[in-house]
Amino acid sequence: MARIDLRNLAHAYGPNPKEPRDYALKPLNHTWEDGGAYALLGPSGCGKTTLLNIISGLITPSHGQVLFDGVDVTAMPTEARNIAQVFQFPVIYDTMTVYDNLAFPLRNRRVPAPAVDARVREIAAMLEMTDVLKKRARGLTADAKQKISLGRGLVRSDVAAILFDEPLTVIDPLLKWQLRSQLKQLHKKSGYTMVYVTHDQTEALTFADKVVVMYEGEVVQMGTPAELFERPAHTFVGYFIGSPGMNVLAAEVDGTVATVDGTAIRLPRAYGKSTTDRKVELGIRPEFVRVARGEGLPVRIRKVEDVGSYKIARLAFGSREIAAIAPEGTEFPADDVGAVFDPAHLNVYVDGHLVNGTPVRGG
Amino acid sequence: MDRPTNQKAWFLVLPVLLLVAFSAIIPLMTVVNYSVQDTFGNNEFFWAGTAWFEEMLHSQRFHEALARNLIFSAIILAIQIPLGIVVALSMPRKGIGVSICLVLMALPLLIPWNVVGTIWQVFGRVDIGLLGHTLEAIGIDYNYVRDPLDAWFTIILMDVWHWTSLVALLCYAGLVSIPEAYYQAARIDGASRWAVFRYIQLPKMNRVLLIAVLLRFMDSFMIYTEPFVVTGGGPGNSTTFLSIDLVKMAVGQFDLGPAAAMSIIYFLIVLLLSWIFYTVMTNYERGGQ
Repeated sequence: MARIDLRNLAHAYGPNPKEPRDYALKPLNHTWEDGGAYALLGPSGCGKTTLLNIISGLITPSHGQVLFDGVDVTAMPTEARNIAQVFQFPVIYDTMTVYDNLAFPLRNRRVPAPAVDARVREIAAMLEMTDVLKKRARGLTADAKQKISLGRGLVRSDVAAILFDEPLTVIDPLLKWQLRSQLKQLHKKSGYTMVYVTHDQTEALTFADKVVVMYEGEVVQMGTPAELFERPAHTFVGYFIGSPGMNVLAAEVDGTVATVDGTAIRLPRAYGKSTTDRKVELGIRPEFVRVARGEGLPVRIRKVEDVGSYKIARLAFGSREIAAIAPEGTEFPADDVGAVFDPAHLNVYVDGHLVNGTPVRGG
Repeated sequence: MDRPTNQKAWFLVLPVLLLVAFSAIIPLMTVVNYSVQDTFGNNEFFWAGTAWFEEMLHSQRFHEALARNLIFSAIILAIQIPLGIVVALSMPRKGIGVSICLVLMALPLLIPWNVVGTIWQVFGRVDIGLLGHTLEAIGIDYNYVRDPLDAWFTIILMDVWHWTSLVALLCYAGLVSIPEAYYQAARIDGASRWAVFRYIQLPKMNRVLLIAVLLRFMDSFMIYTEPFVVTGGGPGNSTTFLSIDLVKMAVGQFDLGPAAAMSIIYFLIVLLLSWIFYTVMTNYERGGQ
């Protein structure tokens, strides 16, 4: 178990990176606390697997350092780092039994046989695999195989952290839930630092205490699921998390008033006057948009999707679309439709990044 | 549940059946025909029953040729399979080297068999051949025309040169299909180079190895052209394999009956041994389940 620090870490696959876009991973400083459950969330190609492979030592970063409990391990090979990794596709040793699979990392490290046996049985019990120990691993289902690859990580008592690279991709949806809750329990029981890479927000939000959102090689926000939902630090986070994602509207801001296509909207905080050379946007989650008659932004209802427990209204505002979530049974007005934003949840973004205004007394 | 049956489907396989009949079954039947009769020309046939088969099975000449074939195939497999694996393992995985390697290794496979024989026939000659002359020049007594051991050495070396790349290419195809994650997991598990080979690469190559072993066994067991061109079965009978003997008997001596009986026995032996290889290797793969 260990605390992992990333110091000025950056990585470029090509030699001599000059521009920011040459980097697969832009310079970042980050700390994974000992025993934490983290999710690394982002779309494909955002650099999350690169970051994971740097931590596990499969890739040597072109800049910066990786520290385990304060010790610089940047130059250390994978096998010396005490890292366990579970891959997207189950990696098992086909010809071995489940028992031998689990014992493999220990035997390679020349752990004496009685100790291997005790440890393998302990982990098998934890994974609820005791009854298949003598079976060939290749005959098992995908989720059982994935548990074996996880088990090979857990079996080593000196593991600093367990890294998961989209481990549930090939698992049936029904078993996904099971395995995910088992993972969560395992984290509580074992206390290992776990980093879980995924592009699936549900997986990230249910597994992790802290979610790190990456976008184009950058960490754009780290926070609890609630923080990511309520105060997205970047328009991308707002758009990526939530279903449907946050509405983002280009606006002009002056003090406590935002103007969207000529319609004024009051803001809960005061901001400076927007200038034309920077992109100013207003962000509001569909959960905080109310469809009303005769007030708010003038819109037209394009369609209403009924997803069972609530309705999603797709509103057309000029050429743009605004989504609004309304409880089941809501009747929408037929004409003179307006979208009203809950001021408490309005966020202002400049060039994509959240700007904290000054709170207005009594506002 | 009753499945609908449609007998018309038979008409769809008819063309293939006809083709196979003309290309394989009917010629084979004429061989069966010869094997149980005696003929003296003029299209006169006399029933011989199993006489030719009995004669063949008791013939020392047949036994010796069969033994030579078995030894030859055993040596070929023992050299080419491990060597092919080693070559495949040391081939580059990416970059321009891959294409260069693949082309170079495919070259021997593209040369007509009698040309391979001629190349080695000349290569091994003591008077003008690079190999033969060099060996003689450094004082090694080598002459494949006189010495049976030298003849075997030459033929085996030729076959290794000719066919090892097939094994290597098959193994290489198996190797490149292994996902990178397996190697990464092995590094994380602290596996040694040997363990990676034994528990990841070898199991993943199992299928292609089965094909390689079968192909190399069948080909080496039926080898004809190359040794015929190099040694003509000599010196003496020391490199007379079953196929060479068969041709001598059928075309040289015109003993059609015994030759036909021998062909059938030869065919059954190839079939039997291939089946044994197949069963053993697929059982090993499934093993223990």
